[in-house]
Amino acid sequence: MALAENRGAGRRRLPRFQRTLWKIARTLGSVVITMLGLMFITFIIGRVMPVDPVLAVVGERATNEVYEQVYRDMGLDKPLLVQFGYYIWDVLHGDFGMSLLNARPVAEDIRRVFPATFELATLGVLIGVVIGVPLGVMAAVNRGSWIDQIARVVALIGYSMPIFWLGLMGLLIFYGILNWVGGPGRLDIIWEGMVPERTGMILVDSLLAGNWDVFKNAFSHIILPASILGYYSMAYISRMTRSFMLEQLSAEYVTTARVKGLPERRVIWKHAFGNIRVQLITVIALSYANLLEGAVLTETIFAWPGLGSYITTALLSADMNAVLGGTVVVGLIFVLLNIFSDLLYQIFDPRAK
Amino acid sequence: MSLMKKITTAAVMALAVGFAPVPGVAETPPNVLVIANRIDDITTLDPAESFEFAGSDVSRNIYSKLVNFDPMNLDAGYGPDIAESWEVSDDGRTITFTIAQGRKFASGNPIRAEDVAWSLQRAVKLNKTPSFILTQFGFTPENVEEMIRVVDDNKVSITTDKQYATSFVLNCLTATIGGILDKEEVMKHEVDGDMGNAWLKTNSAGSGPYKLVAWKPNESVSLVVNPEWWGPKPAMERVIVRHVPESATQRLLLERGDIDVARDLNPQDVQGLQDVPGVAIDSELRGRIMYIAVNQKHPILSKPEVRQAIKYLIDYQGMQDSFLKGQYVIHQNFLPQTYLGAVDENPFSLNIEKAKELLKQAGVGPFEIEAGVREAQERLEIAQSLQNTFAQAGITLKLTVGTGKQILGRYRARDLDMYIGAWGPDYPDPHTNAGTFAYNPDNRDEAKLTGLLAWRNAWDTDGLTPKVEAAVIEKDRDVRAQMYRDIQAEFRQKSPFGIMFQRIEQTGRRDNVKNLNLGGAITAVSYWPVTK
Repeated sequence: MALAENRGAGRRRLPRFQRTLWKIARTLGSVVITMLGLMFITFIIGRVMPVDPVLAVVGERATNEVYEQVYRDMGLDKPLLVQFGYYIWDVLHGDFGMSLLNARPVAEDIRRVFPATFELATLGVLIGVVIGVPLGVMAAVNRGSWIDQIARVVALIGYSMPIFWLGLMGLLIFYGILNWVGGPGRLDIIWEGMVPERTGMILVDSLLAGNWDVFKNAFSHIILPASILGYYSMAYISRMTRSFMLEQLSAEYVTTARVKGLPERRVIWKHAFGNIRVQLITVIALSYANLLEGAVLTETIFAWPGLGSYITTALLSADMNAVLGGTVVVGLIFVLLNIFSDLLYQIFDPRAK
Repeated sequence: MSLMKKITTAAVMALAVGFAPVPGVAETPPNVLVIANRIDDITTLDPAESFEFAGSDVSRNIYSKLVNFDPMNLDAGYGPDIAESWEVSDDGRTITFTIAQGRKFASGNPIRAEDVAWSLQRAVKLNKTPSFILTQFGFTPENVEEMIRVVDDNKVSITTDKQYATSFVLNCLTATIGGILDKEEVMKHEVDGDMGNAWLKTNSAGSGPYKLVAWKPNESVSLVVNPEWWGPKPAMERVIVRHVPESATQRLLLERGDIDVARDLNPQDVQGLQDVPGVAIDSELRGRIMYIAVNQKHPILSKPEVRQAIKYLIDYQGMQDSFLKGQYVIHQNFLPQTYLGAVDENPFSLNIEKAKELLKQAGVGPFEIEAGVREAQERLEIAQSLQNTFAQAGITLKLTVGTGKQILGRYRARDLDMYIGAWGPDYPDPHTNAGTFAYNPDNRDEAKLTGLLAWRNAWDTDGLTPKVEAAVIEKDRDVRAQMYRDIQAEFRQKSPFGIMFQRIEQTGRRDNVKNLNLGGAITAVSYWPVTK
């Protein structure tokens, strides 16, 4: 009897277990296919680009013999598909190859530059969310009022102002004139190398080491670029929040709730806002992914050694291994954030279960 | 309610913390030199391989050479460094160097004749890009152990395949590739017979005034004083070169005193810094030459009158006085000013009528050519100026803009009608430029002498090649200098090259920084004499 019950329970549980397994397999499969496709396209673009990677290595003065030798060393004499095959094989072993330019493993380079971008992007998106979401909600609730107008102007500036200009002006005012923040770079020279590198994120490393001076200095350096990136994501997030909220506020259930005499704050934050959380998560995740790619111009102005400037420098110098490595990382970030926001959907949206 | 409150509080706190005044560091520490520079061109720090500007700057400070330049007196030419003296054999082919005794590498190992010979042999055997600087003396990986050898404990001899001007050989040894390595230290890190190449890309094993602490690509290079160096202890115990790509950012850092030296200021920022208290601007003539060249495979461009006409279609003065102001000076000869044999004759100026006349003589009507140019501000501006003046004589310039590597690939394949670009000398001897602009022993496509500018433009040099060969073996310094003057006079008139400008580097520095020498046209920066 007990056996039968168990068997029955097992039978009932099995399909769901299988379903989950199937779901995981499907997700993994799509990740693998996406990544393979991404790598293939980047690889092909890298090879057909009118840039000569051999020249990138040997330089302008090289004799033809040196050139030919490096050409063979790099495996460029083999068919394209064979080269791609070798590349995939190496990547599967965690080896992105050597940077053609600085002869270091690309994986090591990315480990070095990514934390700088990660730190900056995370702080940036936090600022964007913390200001953008309430601003969007308030603008929607007070549609047409002065708050809405201000929110619109602020967002408009965020959309239309070149980040290059905004960054330079920010530096000039807050660093050059007011001296409120630290300058370009991640730390003042005197603090460099003061805390052991664990995560590569100076804010975190200095906290782990309990070194408040370094933390304060690092914070003073990161806050301006993070605010500028945050401003851009804030502009996007606040506009999206506003339009999601407007849609909800005009829905019948909101009217019903109001008629029932619920306090306005509860109507807005519990009912209306509760319903836009899911859409908002996608918006924020996308915004975050954009920042994680590395903001090239911001990194340039603020002399921030991050992923964006790494990939750009690599691209301009035809360092295709580095470009491929960087692209794979960016692709992974997008895929992972997508999965992550799917997961959050499941949690917040009962229909997705 | 609580959520709203939390969010507001968090926002206010973030703002408050973010914009709280931070105690700024008004100046850099007194024994540390902080420099902002573009260093993304560094690909390796192995002297046998390093061949970029920023890399030479590092190398000059961490490696000693047999002979070297005194930064406080560059005009004196090469002088003793690791070699305290040298003798030239009667046949002029062998130079024997006596190594100064009692000196050590940064590791504490003594500098032996063995290290010297091995370092130079290694550079030839590795056969990396700059190896031609040594192999042009007839060294090959097979014969180099015969040609460069240890004579006794403190003597090394170098024998060349034929007789060359001694100054030519010694000048080449002052190049980055002449850096002397600590053999024992390097060989500890050898992998698969690479003679320590992989390790040396990111580490140093030299005996110069500084040693390398770390090179973080696209981020920074830091050096610290080498306690074993035999010279007077440098005032700057640490040197940190930070990669700051943006000129405006460098300017702000300099104004605020967070750096001591800014090396990539554009003319606007230099202008803006003129009257800033505490900041000084230096101008130093460097070796880089800006030129245009036309491909001699082109049926029209190969006509002598057309080559001549093109030199009258360049608005030298206009460019020098406008967008190149302070950054380039008119110079129409392939040897940079301050080089042996350099001349300052600049006979060409913009003369549309004269150019038209020459084109008429050549019997050519309006035509179109493709000009390749690298995507760099000043080069694009030069290209546009040329486009404008060429058009006035009926020549349409179709500009192809690309990254350095893209354009260079086509240039080396003799695939461009015209090239607008720059050339920097490789070592401080006139042969470095004479041997590329005016030397082409085999003009056939199959010869693939891609390193030679004359070959890239398919120019057979109209008889200059033997003259260049003669100049490089002339022993008498004055006669040699005159030979280069003569070659350049002919070159100006006949060649398909329109040499336009020589580079001036403008550096912003805090005015307490003294004795900073960038190396002029002949070498790289020296940090050890700097004080502040």
